[in-house]
Amino acid sequence: MFTYAILRLQYLLPLNPQHLGPLSPDLAFNTAVSFTTNTNWQNYGGESTMSYFSQMVALALHNFASAAVGIGLAAALVRGIARHSAKTLGNFWVDLVRVTYYLLLPICLVFAVFLVSQGMIQNFKPYTQATTVEGATQTIVQGPMASQVAIKMLGTNGGGYVNANAAHPFENPTPLSNFIQMLSIFSIGSGLTYWLGRMTKNQAHGWSVWTAMMILFLAGVLTCWWAESAGNPIHHQLGVAAADGNMEGKEVRFGVFNSALFATITTDASCGAVNSMHDSFTPLGGFVPLFNIQLGEIIFGGVGAGLYGMLVFVILAVFIAGLMVGRTPEYLGKKIGAFDVKMAMLSLLVLCLSILGFAAWAAVSEWGKAGLNNAGPHGLSEMLYAFSSATGNNGSAFAGLSGNTPWYNTTLGIAMLIGRFWMIIPIMALAGSLAQKKVAPASVGTFPVHGGTFVILLLGTILLVGALNFLPALALGPIVEHFQMLQGKLF
Amino acid sequence: MTPKAPSLFDLKIVGPAIGESFKKLDPRLMVKNPVMFVTMIGATLTSFAVFNTPNDRSFIAQLAVWLWFTVLFANFAEAVAEGRGKAQADSLRKARKDTVARRLRNGTEERVPAPELQKGDTVVCEAGDVIPADGEVIEGIASVDEAAITGESAPVIRESGGDRSAVTGGTRVISDRIVIRVTMEKGHGFLDRMISMVEGAKRQKTPNEIALTILLSALTIIFLLVCVTLKPFGIYSGVDFSLPVLIALLVCLIPTTIGGLLSAIGISGIDRLIRRNVMATSGRAVEAAGDVDVLLLDKTGTITLGNRMASAFLPAPGVQAERLGDAAQLASLADETPEGRSIVVLAKENFNLRGRDVAQPHAKFVPFTAQTRMSGVDFPANGGVARSIRKGAVDSMRTYVDGLGGQFPEPVVKTVDEVSRSGGTPLVVVEGREVLGVVQLKDMVKGGMKERFAHLRKMGIKTVMITGDNPLTAAAIAAEAGVDDFMAQATPEAKLKRIREEQAAGHLVAMTGDGTNDAPALAQADVGVAMNTGTQAAREAGNMVDLDSNPTKLIEIVEIGKQLLMTRGSLTTFSIANDIAKYFAIIPAMLMVTFPVIAPLNIMRLTSPQSAILSAIIFNALIIIALIPLALRGVTYKPIGALAILQRNLLIYGLGGVIVPFMGIKAIDVVITTLKLI
Repeated sequence: MFTYAILRLQYLLPLNPQHLGPLSPDLAFNTAVSFTTNTNWQNYGGESTMSYFSQMVALALHNFASAAVGIGLAAALVRGIARHSAKTLGNFWVDLVRVTYYLLLPICLVFAVFLVSQGMIQNFKPYTQATTVEGATQTIVQGPMASQVAIKMLGTNGGGYVNANAAHPFENPTPLSNFIQMLSIFSIGSGLTYWLGRMTKNQAHGWSVWTAMMILFLAGVLTCWWAESAGNPIHHQLGVAAADGNMEGKEVRFGVFNSALFATITTDASCGAVNSMHDSFTPLGGFVPLFNIQLGEIIFGGVGAGLYGMLVFVILAVFIAGLMVGRTPEYLGKKIGAFDVKMAMLSLLVLCLSILGFAAWAAVSEWGKAGLNNAGPHGLSEMLYAFSSATGNNGSAFAGLSGNTPWYNTTLGIAMLIGRFWMIIPIMALAGSLAQKKVAPASVGTFPVHGGTFVILLLGTILLVGALNFLPALALGPIVEHFQMLQGKLF
Repeated sequence: MTPKAPSLFDLKIVGPAIGESFKKLDPRLMVKNPVMFVTMIGATLTSFAVFNTPNDRSFIAQLAVWLWFTVLFANFAEAVAEGRGKAQADSLRKARKDTVARRLRNGTEERVPAPELQKGDTVVCEAGDVIPADGEVIEGIASVDEAAITGESAPVIRESGGDRSAVTGGTRVISDRIVIRVTMEKGHGFLDRMISMVEGAKRQKTPNEIALTILLSALTIIFLLVCVTLKPFGIYSGVDFSLPVLIALLVCLIPTTIGGLLSAIGISGIDRLIRRNVMATSGRAVEAAGDVDVLLLDKTGTITLGNRMASAFLPAPGVQAERLGDAAQLASLADETPEGRSIVVLAKENFNLRGRDVAQPHAKFVPFTAQTRMSGVDFPANGGVARSIRKGAVDSMRTYVDGLGGQFPEPVVKTVDEVSRSGGTPLVVVEGREVLGVVQLKDMVKGGMKERFAHLRKMGIKTVMITGDNPLTAAAIAAEAGVDDFMAQATPEAKLKRIREEQAAGHLVAMTGDGTNDAPALAQADVGVAMNTGTQAAREAGNMVDLDSNPTKLIEIVEIGKQLLMTRGSLTTFSIANDIAKYFAIIPAMLMVTFPVIAPLNIMRLTSPQSAILSAIIFNALIIIALIPLALRGVTYKPIGALAILQRNLLIYGLGGVIVPFMGIKAIDVVITTLKLI
């Protein structure tokens, strides 16, 4: 609500050298929700709509807070797993403050200074007017960018300072900054698996979860890279193909591999920062980011959110496997009962309902189709991507979709709220239920939640339970499009 | 009763089961199984579509037929499982003939029909009478034929007092006369519970079954959502998915295999238990048995034979071992206690001393009395006493020898101490006033116990022996039997406390016992297995009764419990893994007409879109029938460690579940094409 007010009233507030006007009500709603839920979907253009004050106070606050909330929730779930016969999961406010002050702020400070050293801007100047060599006038963006970008990446927020996000030269000046930004997206999500191991006193388990994430990540990067490098056969036929694959919509400074890598990372984690236009990827190249989000962004994932999403799959995997070894399923000594299964499945159901439900509505409504830039299967991919991204709190866009319409602003906003808060309710219920349970000591009859078999089992569960649901819809989108591209038909 | 199952598709069971499958189509029954309920609704809608659609009638009709088969096959699986239980219940029911009871009231006997008996009534049973109700012997001793419930033809002894006082309604008294106090009213008796259990009438879902049902229902809802939203996506893409095709996709995706077999698995678990002569009062207990990791066993009668047996002759210095054996045997010939008999047997085995004719009129046996606390034999020579042999506990024998002016040698005292320390009971043998030595009596561990406990250890179960003995004796027997832990000088309170402690530490505790003093512990344990020979109190307290009274039956109970869960888990994995192949069959088929470019996705090279969809549906139905035997038999359990089991089942049912449908659907497609059904 506070954010909504700032966005609406930004023209009255200080630090607005460009004198940008207020946001429309639906856009302000969308943006406020977007940042609160760690989605950071951008229907606004950073430089053309947001004043410095809005960027710094309204958005940066949420960048920190939503990241800290995510970590706090994951912490609660992990404590639920680690504790036994307990009544509490820890104090949320304590977690929030600790995470912000001890983890996010110090890293961001260092990170921001580093980004400035790489040439990123950090000032309060009005935008600069420059005259280009052709004689045209160009407005060059200025502002406190480095400090915003640091938390955007670290907190897997992904809301770019400028509309072009990390493809903009100021927002991602050098290959090194590109690499460090990618690393920072994964750092907390990845680190949390180690923390999971520490808390549950089973470091091998933490590493196993990490390994499963890593395998999915590598598979994604390789597929995406392969699809993008292979490029578009039509270009090859016409003899206009770039030597290194499909370069459409990519920043030449980064090239195919860095773009594919960035796209995979940003969708594995729920970051949503982009350094290339996913819309212009080849169908299979675009399929990877879409698929990553639909898995629930559990591959390292958004800070905290990735871990708790992954743990839902861990619990389901353990349940099925536990039955297979002939014992009441136990996760780290805790018996998984009907309630836990119900909550875990509920969170999957919410994801599925929001993505497929809204996308289906969009597919048959005039409002939904109005926003499309591309026809045919590609348009379907765009809609699917938009609602996947919103529900998954990712925030990256296929960009072909004109999201800034009242209908999209509202539905995407609702999808984001569902994706964040309706997911949180069953997960917190799960954490509470696990915390109360007694721990049964391990014996030879208990199967270990680490090692190769467990990783395979976990991957199998993720793909069979989590991913198959989206296959029919995906078949109509990127898969059909891929085959059509091979036949020489484009959208 | 031998644990032999009737042939899987016995005509006597299959016949009625087919009828039952149709009766079970009642929506009120179907709604309990959400997966199959959805399938049935799908089948109904498809049937209507046959009449509403102008073209493709033959295809839709075939689709509808196979959808109905899917539902019927699932019902059939359940009906077969129930049928096997019913066959058993019928044989039990024969035993429950309504009899006339001889009720004692105010000292006079009156004849009343058995159903009129009240709890607390006393009845008389003599040789040939059928015991009218469950109860407890309060007077007399009799041999009882319990073949009706145990299938064991050898009669068992039932007597008042002690641990063998419980009698079961429906069994027959073979000899003697007993007075019984009725403890159970008609309809709640042991036999009644057994019948309702095997018939599955009172079957309640177990906790894991409930959790699994939730998982399956949630998957069903998710896939329902997938199929419903596919329609608008199709409209956008210009593909018109017809209702029957969407239903076919839905039914293929929802876990019908496990959904259809779930209740059959549960029923057959109880059935298998009963075949092994174990009566469980709830399915919950069977499932809990699979999780047991601590087992408490009563020592007497469970680990040991329950009687002290002579195990060694330890002669005094200067005395031949054979002479000691001879004297001990003579002194014990008339001793009808198991201990006395065991001495005779041991002497025969060790020294080849045959039982002699002791019935000679001269031999005079001195029976054991509470005053003398010794027994023995006197052989009168002409005029005087030629040989006088006594055996007894060390204190009484010392007094006896001292009284005769003899010497009690120091080395014998030492031997006595050693025997006590090693867990045995020393018996001193004296001839005249000369101390011949010590007979060591030991509680004998039953044969094969060590292997059984090793087996339990491999299954991840810790065994704890409970005994009233002193810690020294207990430790010695525990070591010999190979149990992991023991609990000495155990009182009922201590047993209860121990169970509570183990449970607080997160263990699931099983307990076997037969005595009334075991009852509280049996009730507290997660799985309490009472011996059928035990007291009524024990049988009431436990949640299982072993009709064979074999304490190590728990191994089999645990295995059945584990099998039950493993079968569910494996079939769930199989069912979900099947989806991959079904996607590859149906999705290309659905899109082929509008997007012919998608042809490469049809990796099975199925003939036509319609044959692909029909093949997937037929496979989906037939796999239920194919897996009924597995569901009834259960997945094999081997104590090879959880990880090894998981790898094995993951390979068979996970990987197998991915591959089998590819082959199956392709094969069916070939058949359909050859027969020109499409």
